Amino acid sequence: MSAPHVPSRAPAAAVLPERGPEPVKITLSVNGDEHTFDAEPRVSLLDALRERLSMTGAKKGCDQGTCGACTVWVDGRRVLACLTLAIACEGHEVTTIEGLAQGDELHAVQSAFIEQDAFQCGYCTPGQIMSAVALLKEGHDGDDAEIAEWMSGNICRCAAYPHIRAAIRTVRDRSRDPSHGQT
Amino acid sequence: MTTALAIGQPTDRVDGRHKVTGGAHYSGDMLPGTTAYAVLVGARAASGRITGIDTTEALQADGVLAILTHENLPKAAAQPPLIPSLAGMPAPGQTFFPFQDDVVHYAGQPVALVVADTLERAQHAGALLRIAYAETPSVTTLDQAREEAYEPEAIFGGFVPGRNTRGDIEAGLARADVRIDATYTFAANHHNPIEPSATTAAWDGDQLTLYDATQGVAATQLTVAALLGLTPSKVHVISHYVGGSFGCKAMIWAHPALAALAARHVQRPVKLALTREQMFTSVGHREEQEQRITLGADKDGRLTALRHHKLSPTSPFDDWAEPSLGVASQIYACPHYEGVYRLVRANTMTPTFMRAPGEASGMYALETAMDDLAHQLGIDPIDLRLRNYTDMDPNTGNPWSSTGLKECYRRGAERFGWHRRNPEPRSHRDGRRLLGYGMATAGYPVYGPNNPQRARARLYADGTAVVQAATPDFGTGVATVMTQVTADALGLPLDRCRFEGGDTTLPTIAAAVGSSGAGMISAAVHTAATNLRNQLVAQAIGDAQSPLHGADPATVTVRDGRMMLRDAPETGEGYAELLHRNVLPDVEATGAWSPSPESAHYGMMTFGAQFAEVAVDPDLGLARVRRMVGAFAPGRVLNAKTARSQLMGGMLWGLGQALLEANAMDPHRGRWVASSLGEYLVPVNADAPEVDIELIEVADKVVNPLGVKGVGEVGQVGAAAAIANAIHHATGRRIRKLPITIEDLL
Amino acid sequence: MRPISYSRADAVADAVAAVAADPTSDFLAGGTTEVDLLRQNVLLPRRLVDINDLPLAQIEDRPDGGLYIGALARMSEVAEAPSVRERFPMVAEALELGASAQLRHMASMGGNMMQRVRCGYFRDAASPCNKRDPGSGCAALDGFNRGHAVLGVGEHCIATHPSDVAVPLMALDARIHTEGPHGRRVYAIDDFFLLPGATPHLEHPLEHGELVVGIEVPGTPMARTSRYLKVRDRESYEFALASVAAAVTLHDGVIADVRLALGGVATKPWRARHAEDVLRGAPAGTGTFRRAAGAEFASARTTPLNAFKVELAQRTMVRILETLTGTGTPSGTETDAAPDTDTHTDPGREGQP
Repeated sequence: MSAPHVPSRAPAAAVLPERGPEPVKITLSVNGDEHTFDAEPRVSLLDALRERLSMTGAKKGCDQGTCGACTVWVDGRRVLACLTLAIACEGHEVTTIEGLAQGDELHAVQSAFIEQDAFQCGYCTPGQIMSAVALLKEGHDGDDAEIAEWMSGNICRCAAYPHIRAAIRTVRDRSRDPSHGQT
Repeated sequence: MTTALAIGQPTDRVDGRHKVTGGAHYSGDMLPGTTAYAVLVGARAASGRITGIDTTEALQADGVLAILTHENLPKAAAQPPLIPSLAGMPAPGQTFFPFQDDVVHYAGQPVALVVADTLERAQHAGALLRIAYAETPSVTTLDQAREEAYEPEAIFGGFVPGRNTRGDIEAGLARADVRIDATYTFAANHHNPIEPSATTAAWDGDQLTLYDATQGVAATQLTVAALLGLTPSKVHVISHYVGGSFGCKAMIWAHPALAALAARHVQRPVKLALTREQMFTSVGHREEQEQRITLGADKDGRLTALRHHKLSPTSPFDDWAEPSLGVASQIYACPHYEGVYRLVRANTMTPTFMRAPGEASGMYALETAMDDLAHQLGIDPIDLRLRNYTDMDPNTGNPWSSTGLKECYRRGAERFGWHRRNPEPRSHRDGRRLLGYGMATAGYPVYGPNNPQRARARLYADGTAVVQAATPDFGTGVATVMTQVTADALGLPLDRCRFEGGDTTLPTIAAAVGSSGAGMISAAVHTAATNLRNQLVAQAIGDAQSPLHGADPATVTVRDGRMMLRDAPETGEGYAELLHRNVLPDVEATGAWSPSPESAHYGMMTFGAQFAEVAVDPDLGLARVRRMVGAFAPGRVLNAKTARSQLMGGMLWGLGQALLEANAMDPHRGRWVASSLGEYLVPVNADAPEVDIELIEVADKVVNPLGVKGVGEVGQVGAAAAIANAIHHATGRRIRKLPITIEDLL
Repeated sequence: MRPISYSRADAVADAVAAVAADPTSDFLAGGTTEVDLLRQNVLLPRRLVDINDLPLAQIEDRPDGGLYIGALARMSEVAEAPSVRERFPMVAEALELGASAQLRHMASMGGNMMQRVRCGYFRDAASPCNKRDPGSGCAALDGFNRGHAVLGVGEHCIATHPSDVAVPLMALDARIHTEGPHGRRVYAIDDFFLLPGATPHLEHPLEHGELVVGIEVPGTPMARTSRYLKVRDRESYEFALASVAAAVTLHDGVIADVRLALGGVATKPWRARHAEDVLRGAPAGTGTFRRAAGAEFASARTTPLNAFKVELAQRTMVRILETLTGTGTPSGTETDAAPDTDTHTDPGREGQP
């Protein structure tokens, strides 16, 4: 091995407290509300939301990071809840599809999905929408090829893809057009 | 506002709001009481016997409530036969129910069921089971068993004969000026809806409630009742939202009954969700297959003979093959025909319906052979198909109930710009890329149910209506279109009508399979709602206080919630007035529909034409579809928006079939090589081009009252062939295997 | 997934000490490999030490024009960084062609260096696999190995290294900084990834508890025009069948300097030194590129299913070199990106006579 070894002394380390493996109290902030529940540290954010907090909007499509149905935001960034441990989200803000609409008023992307028929069975839709809203915020909405690439982490087996792009385009164009309200 | 008909309008989905807010509850979203979690453990071996199951460690794991195996799970009360679920009978996907003995027939066969208080604990305990096998050699591929092939008497649950002939095939071939003779191979495919199958089971005494992801609640009910030895009235199945199916939830597999057995054992509600990996071994698949086509034609391109043979593996239990030869035997005039299915027994589960089951593969073979024929004879591919057009079903001689196929060719070609295609392969380029333009014919039969399809319509005194039928909505838009059908039949605004489905307590509907849903359910709903309207009109006519008293019912029309004389619309009254005056909280009617006896004298098929533009990078072997155009004639279109979506989905499934979707058995281990969505590639957004669809409405008075022929599958038929034909046009290379991948084009 | 306990560290020394002291503890960063393989029962730690709070997310300029990328910088953050996009476009491209937007937000750069292979037999806890269970055999050798490696393979393992971004980093002679129970170390990236040899379970020269803390990318002016070309069956969200990271400088049509590394075809991110040797000092042109690519694959070992990758990877090398040097046939296809979407709107227009 040719790597140079840089000698240094590690500073004295603190002993880290250990939680689990038995159920521990976990507090999550989801859509602005605090929830405390008992769960083992191995519980994923997805299973915590669905089975402990009865927030079943995020869906389990693969549990392997290969479909995107469980897409939620952690601190505003879209991530996969199936590969995220719930306990690791303590101290962070989780946003799910249930937190997107303002009361009865749908988010512009939600309305556009209905209008453009951007889904059929609807199972991947919460993930698609959480991804689509994040995509618009990230600014990856330049053209259809860019939208398609940056939506490719969300599989839609009904293959509503062209309509999903249309819904995103609709919101993008309305937000650029000053005659429409901000999205 | 409702003078225009609701039917046909591109109405937004009535369940859209639920679906975009996370408010749509699928079977796995149910948490009735203190639910326990069950996980299935599948066999590691592909063939042999279980010699021992050591549960010690697993039973000691935290939270474990039960471990059920063939040693302690109650035996099935009966094994119903395999009958496609459209028949309305019990509909097991295979005539094998696990846990009956120690024999292992296929890898992934359920061998243990672990129940625990949380999902994580159940999964972990499952991993702690020590299961020993005495393995025997397995057979899982065609190549391993080709020599043992046999010709079954019938396939597809006994509904399709193993051999179909007309005319004299040898004579037809002898008469041919040109022949195409080619073999086509197809990888196995898996449905992989994004919702894995899931069942939540809860007992209340001897009453069982199942929340099941199914294409037919009655199919689940009857199958589970038979397996458990219960009367169907004790089995209540609820399935409001289903996260896609594409055929894998059309038959009833083992897991709903197993969930019920587990729940009874632990005396708690039990949720059993298949993992993604288990979706490859638990709910059927489209089998690996090989097809050989020998096609003879005269020098003008008119077919003289078509021989079409198929070889595919089936399970040890059932003679199943998807009916790949069906539509391909009917779509063109051809006097001499021979179609033969051959099977080999393999260590797999029974294959099953998968979108366009048979048509998608059979029409790939035929339609690429037709492309070869067109190329060989120098005839335009559309012209070749027009020369072989038939206005009757060549198998029976019965006329088509309606067609529209010629119009599909014409309109599809126009939208696509077909006339600008130079027929010479490799003649269109874009930089380094070779461009190709291909087309194919699409067709999908109109199937009718065996049993009466039923619905119930009720009008409340406030002038709103609800119509009920047991069907679930797995993405077809059935709740939306049935609301439209109800609105027109009752003469009500759309927003005063509501559809309820997905529950066995509602009037029985067969499983919505084979693109039959829109036709048979609209027939039931239309009949029920029309009966209700007639009943209301009759009541008004008989009511001395009604302005319509004594009128001839034939002169009464309904609109905007009001009954009136057609020629004197000011004479009439609202439904609400009638009900209030008579102190009626509601009025209700039922309706039932069966296919007319007359329909047996017709060929019934949805037709279409597919077009694709493909760009091939010949250096890197990359084929990418740039656009697809489809023109379809599905009879009457109930909702232009949802119909387009389904057709688009089908066409993009054709893209996946053409370029991506493949699984194979590892012959050494007898197991699928792909068992995740990272390995079994389905199209992602970036694969999907824009899809342009033309709906050509044709009147059909035969198929059902509203003339609906269905759109669920025809979108896929011919789509892969159009893509393969475009690749041939781009590159001059004919690839006779699906999917077509990089190594084929390098 | 077995039961695990959880600790969260906010200082590197604490994290390292905790894992080093316990052979059954693993670091948890983005989790995209760790949680996935825990659930597959491929990884079996007793405890996870969450390192996401450690101050290791920096993306800093170096005086030599290079970069220092903290191990906890996320793939998406690095791909977006203007310094990366301007000075090392092949790094940004490799990142953005990897995984999906969600996974790129989660996965850390350090975790990317440590990610495990995607071989189906490795992921299946019950198949023989020398990498997972040393000495148990390799099911891929006679199994389904279409995606497996053709370079750097041996009798014991043919799993392809899955990383995209490690490929340009290999071309750039990046250095991996670690901190472990015996202090700080710096590895040349080529030394950081081990060939499987007889010990495929050893993928890195790290000791237990040694944590990747950063990636140093030396200043490399020629990288400003570098590219990453990735070929795969699916248009997105798939690992490479073949990929190439390349940077070239030309003087009067002669290749003055070149950096070339391969992904998707080897058991580790593969520096194409044989090809570089052929290219350096040779005239730029398709013939030279073919010769260089051929030299790199002279030692390839294939199976019937993956033999096509030898040809595919060579053509991918030729394509990217043609693109970078402006040689070869008409351009317009620099990457395997989606066909120009403008053509969708005008049926049958383009390429027509």
